[in-house]
Amino acid sequence: MSSAYLLRRFLLAIPSLLGISVVLFCVLAMAPGDPFEELTLNPNIPPEVRLALRASLGLDDPVYLRYFHWLFAMLKGDWGFSFVSRIDVDRLILQRVPTTVAVIGTSQVLAILVAVPIGVLAAARPYSLFDQIANTMAFIGFSLPTFFTGLLLILFFSIQLDWLPMVYQSTLRETGWAWWWVQIKQSIMPVMVLGLFQGASLVRYVRSSVLDVIKLDYVVTARSKGIGQRKVLIRHVVRNALIPVVTLVALQMPIVFGGAIVTEQIFRVPGIGSLLITSILANDTPVVMGVTFVFACLVVLFNLIADILYGWLDPRISFR
Amino acid sequence: MAGSTPASLSAEAPASASRATKPVTPAAEAWRRFRKHKLAVASLFILGALVFLVLAGPWLWAVPINEIDFTAKLKPPSGEHPFGTDDLGQDVLARIIYGGRISLAVGLAAMVVAVLVGVVIGALAGMSSGRVDAVLMWITDLFLSLPQLPLLLLVIYLFRDALKSAFGPEGGVFILIVLVIGGLRWMPVARLVRAQFLSLREKEFVEAARALGASRVRLVVMHILPNAMGPVIVAGTIDVAAAIIAESTLSFLGLGFPPDIPTWGRVLFDAKDYLDIAPHWAIFPGMMIFLTVLSINFIGDGLRDALDPRRVV
Repeated sequence: MSSAYLLRRFLLAIPSLLGISVVLFCVLAMAPGDPFEELTLNPNIPPEVRLALRASLGLDDPVYLRYFHWLFAMLKGDWGFSFVSRIDVDRLILQRVPTTVAVIGTSQVLAILVAVPIGVLAAARPYSLFDQIANTMAFIGFSLPTFFTGLLLILFFSIQLDWLPMVYQSTLRETGWAWWWVQIKQSIMPVMVLGLFQGASLVRYVRSSVLDVIKLDYVVTARSKGIGQRKVLIRHVVRNALIPVVTLVALQMPIVFGGAIVTEQIFRVPGIGSLLITSILANDTPVVMGVTFVFACLVVLFNLIADILYGWLDPRISFR
Repeated sequence: MAGSTPASLSAEAPASASRATKPVTPAAEAWRRFRKHKLAVASLFILGALVFLVLAGPWLWAVPINEIDFTAKLKPPSGEHPFGTDDLGQDVLARIIYGGRISLAVGLAAMVVAVLVGVVIGALAGMSSGRVDAVLMWITDLFLSLPQLPLLLLVIYLFRDALKSAFGPEGGVFILIVLVIGGLRWMPVARLVRAQFLSLREKEFVEAARALGASRVRLVVMHILPNAMGPVIVAGTIDVAAAIIAESTLSFLGLGFPPDIPTWGRVLFDAKDYLDIAPHWAIFPGMMIFLTVLSINFIGDGLRDALDPRRVV
């Protein structure tokens, strides 16, 4: 992979980040309501003071100037101050990001571990009983909304069986191995909910991608050379079939983040998703904006990673 | 060989040539192919039953949705209340029937918005090559990489109060949710339509129409668009399911419809704190969402077999 390819991918990420920031800013700028509404109602503040205050904050500037002002503040890391938590927004978000990334990361690994073998086996024998069962299960899997699976798992594993804790705790008293045990126990359900939902849609992609490859001439050649079915599948088919799946995993990221918000809310996982919901309910605008921007950045970041991985897995791409 | 893999599990074997004795209309042909998908046909019946229940429900089950009865609160299903009661003693079945109308209406309306926007943008991009096409597709890609649920929540958070005061609590939230869900889901349709247009506009029948002096608008509306509708119908069907899930998610997070409008997601939101003592309250609305979404997804799969000209059988 050439460094020119890498550089081009990085440069292509910048316009999409800028575009997302424009969309976010437009939403904010078009929103009704005035941050100085309270001041107009306050008789102790003369209108001249209010107008001076507006001018000093740049609220009377033309829209494009306000956009650049806002953009540079975001780039400098000046994301504002949380009304509710009384700390800087960037610090508040940074505290929460690792939990979200950990939950999403583990669930993606789970999804891939479930989806790849099932998808490959289903495609190896298309229209067999296994294929039909796998396909039906996949349909059921991605038709079950995450909030309902979450509630069903709580109902079954926490209330009926009392095996797993209902609520995720960030401050555990245990240390060493006991800490890991409790941590794993409380992470099982959130990770399962997200991972199985993701896995269900991945199964179909893996299956159709393997089906596309399995009929190609080079596979027939490999088979006629006398290489066993298992070896053909793993060495020749899967390696090529999984390349487009990498892109699909990245394209699914916006949906995964949506699922993460719901899951974090159900299990009270202290990530940025639950932070978003609590700040919306508490009217904490700076935090809402910050979290949305972080989600957007994460999506662009994952797309970038997928592009780079794609170029590395399939060198033909990086020469185009 | 590479192209002989059927697009979906249920796609049938190539039809034999001897069958073509009398002409069949495209609709009859599509229905014949759709019927081969057993799960899709079953789903059509299930969805039909659900829609009938939701539309005719108030006459079949004439229990008011807001009759509060504290002596019968959180009761499990019984003859008097087939789906049990909630924490105020309100009948869950009646509330689910009422909420289903809203959930299905939101799904359909959001789909219409998404398909309209998608068709217009896709047609514009497909007919105009060069810079307009590039810009429109860049915008489409940009929207595809937006984090949808956070943005949905942000827009609803910022605009909810203004629309509520303009159109009333129910109408305002309905319009907002439909526009936002539809406005964030048009991108796949736009891409499909553009791809169809790019290939269709070079076809001979379009060339012939152009030679006969048909205007650009007439070319698009009469000749290209009808031939591009197959994949759009499939995508639209699946959009209904996605919009129902999106609305339920919003309501489930407590940011959708107000509490006196019991959409399925809203009932789940109210029920989730009583899972240990009244699981029926959460299970019934959840099952309704699941059944609706599952049957719509299967119907979409059947329609893909029936309508998608990219089928490689």
